[in-house]
Amino acid sequence: MDFELNEDQKLLARTAADFVAKESPLERARKLRDDELGFDLALYRKMAELGWLSLPFAEDVGGFGGGFLEVALVLESVGRQLVPEPLLENILAGLAVAEGGSAEQKALLEPLIAGEKLLSLAYLEPNGRQRRAPYETRATKKGAGYVVSGTKTWVSHANASDAFVVSAELEGETRLFLVAKDAAGLSLETLKTIDGRRAGKLTLDAVEAELLPGSSQALLDHVLDRGAAGAVAEGVGLTQRVLEITTEYLNTREQFGVKIGSFQVLQHRAVDMFVETQLIRAASIASSVLADDPDPAARLEAISAAKVQLSVGGKYVTQQSIQLHGGIGCTDEHDIGLFFKRMHALNTLYGDEAFHLRRFSASPSFAKVG
Amino acid sequence: MDLRFTPEEEAFREEVRAYIDEAMPPHIKAKAESGAPFTNAEMMEWHRILHKKGWAAPHFPKSVGGSELDPTRRFILAEELALAGAPQLSPFGLNMVGPLILRFGTDEQKKRFLPGIIDGTVAWCQGYSEPNAGSDLASLRTTAEDQGDHFLVNGQKTWTTYGQYADWIFCLVRTDASGKKQQGISFLLIDMKTPGITVEPMLTLGGTPAFCETFFENVKVPKENLLGPLHGGWDLAKALLGHERTLIGSIAPVLRSIQHLKRIAATKREGDATLLDDPALRDRIASLELRAKAHQMANYKALADQAAGKHPGPESSILKIVASTLQQQVDELTMEIMGPESLTWFNPDGAVPPLEAYVGSRFCYDRAVTIYGGSNEIQKNIIAKAILNLPS
Repeated sequence: MDFELNEDQKLLARTAADFVAKESPLERARKLRDDELGFDLALYRKMAELGWLSLPFAEDVGGFGGGFLEVALVLESVGRQLVPEPLLENILAGLAVAEGGSAEQKALLEPLIAGEKLLSLAYLEPNGRQRRAPYETRATKKGAGYVVSGTKTWVSHANASDAFVVSAELEGETRLFLVAKDAAGLSLETLKTIDGRRAGKLTLDAVEAELLPGSSQALLDHVLDRGAAGAVAEGVGLTQRVLEITTEYLNTREQFGVKIGSFQVLQHRAVDMFVETQLIRAASIASSVLADDPDPAARLEAISAAKVQLSVGGKYVTQQSIQLHGGIGCTDEHDIGLFFKRMHALNTLYGDEAFHLRRFSASPSFAKVG
Repeated sequence: MDLRFTPEEEAFREEVRAYIDEAMPPHIKAKAESGAPFTNAEMMEWHRILHKKGWAAPHFPKSVGGSELDPTRRFILAEELALAGAPQLSPFGLNMVGPLILRFGTDEQKKRFLPGIIDGTVAWCQGYSEPNAGSDLASLRTTAEDQGDHFLVNGQKTWTTYGQYADWIFCLVRTDASGKKQQGISFLLIDMKTPGITVEPMLTLGGTPAFCETFFENVKVPKENLLGPLHGGWDLAKALLGHERTLIGSIAPVLRSIQHLKRIAATKREGDATLLDDPALRDRIASLELRAKAHQMANYKALADQAAGKHPGPESSILKIVASTLQQQVDELTMEIMGPESLTWFNPDGAVPPLEAYVGSRFCYDRAVTIYGGSNEIQKNIIAKAILNLPS
């Protein structure tokens, strides 16, 4: 076994860490909560120039030809600084096109990788909770093409997107469709999210849509599993940063004439937070490396273990960080609350704790008893 | 980055599995299957069986009779032994005093003590804790007075696990009371047959005869049995405690317990289905198993660092805390699944299904896993200072 990053990967991780530390201080994430898009398109394009959007795509479509591990290395830095630009979200929609699209449709990837065009994956539906399959959205044949009707919600950065990858049921099967933002019959309502970002509710009324010919539920699952691995990778940086901010506070704040970090009960709480961050980090490595595996059985355990660990551990770390900060931690003014809110989003997206527990416990390998 | 074992390492894993299956005597296999506690004699028997293959002391150099396996193969060996439920070899000689003798001992001491430790003919126990020196080990009061050609030892040690079966004991004793309490401690190797030593076994919470109290009354210990420098025993103790933590941080026993739990759950019927078919219960098992998997990855990362000759990363410090806590949670859920059968306590064969006969003993004994090897609270004190740099 070898847990070492190669030189290119180390360089990528370092560059990402330096870039976000310089370009994306926490005040920026705080301010962008009130922005119409919720992120900075100019900075997003700078990140594209650094090649971050190209990482998991094959070279023949203009990608870097790496794996999901490379994406995870960038996302760790994104998590440290709560960078709001929708990197993972565009990568996921792009992967759906790269792996399910026709040669023509794949032409979309070049501008996506360059940051010129943005795509969103639209798969969640009202009342569908964590369902990965379409709930009520249906596609039907119309002439040579298709039309899609239904409602998709919590579609990431929808108001900035040029097109959507929409899941819908067609003749009993899950398929993915490309829908242009200005398609007739499509209406978009922009929603704010708990972590200060923007999402969209798409209402589709017989909207013309292009089928991704190679799409299926299996492909959507693979994309969403990489979403889960991405959320965990972001959570690695996020929880590590929260631990640092909290131990710094314990080393500074004085009460009863001493640093509060000298109290054993608070020390042990901080160590419990440290334990969770370490487990998240270890689980993230396995999930990022195995995320590329097209065989769902091969990646299920690692992905679900990591997402559950993120949920359990990330919740603990961010909740306790507020507790250890006391009253100031409960204000909007203090940064620690921003991390708490982002952690909730990461835990909820791409399958929450209950979803991944159930998925693992329902898998055939779980019930195999020797 | 490659999270797979090499084909050679996988082949080694197969070799270990095959050897365990072939070499384990039926009476040990039966106990491994049911989870019954092994006797000391069975542990030593298994030690000698593994020694034949060179696998009792894989971490010792060949020059002293070990098989010098690399860290990854050692880990695979330990993992497979635990997954098979094999008797855990007594760690006191092999993992504790043996490595210290190898590192701090004179040539004479190495020749005298290592062969018996490695081949399992000499059993050791540990004389560290005292009634008033537990977590605060350095406040120990057993004294060793310099009498010219020997030390005269007086005092009491406790938790001397398997002391009643041991041929030798390694002890921390006070040789100087004038300075700081960590100074003035020395490390002595003492023959248990020396006049003046008495051993009083104590049952553990699990009903097994593991613990002992050991009393020393004017026990004469030859000078050549001092290991390391006079008054320098604390450094040896610290080296050993670090070692013990990685040793007992392995997750394999927890994974085996989860398998055991599932096997029991698959036999419990509720209507037409088994308990293992109950989604709510499956989720509870899954949450323990997935946490164990996250731990396993941290464990592998620590192993890969060790194999690459690097200093263990911060993740290694959490292994014991997480594994011990999980073990207790798995035991607890197993008892819950058993329901009324969990009341059983060392009854004749057949009183309850074999898989369930000794879970209660294990459940009780395992309250110790968060205590021994430095309690989890002590581990947290250390991490708070050494890794998180929190103030005193």
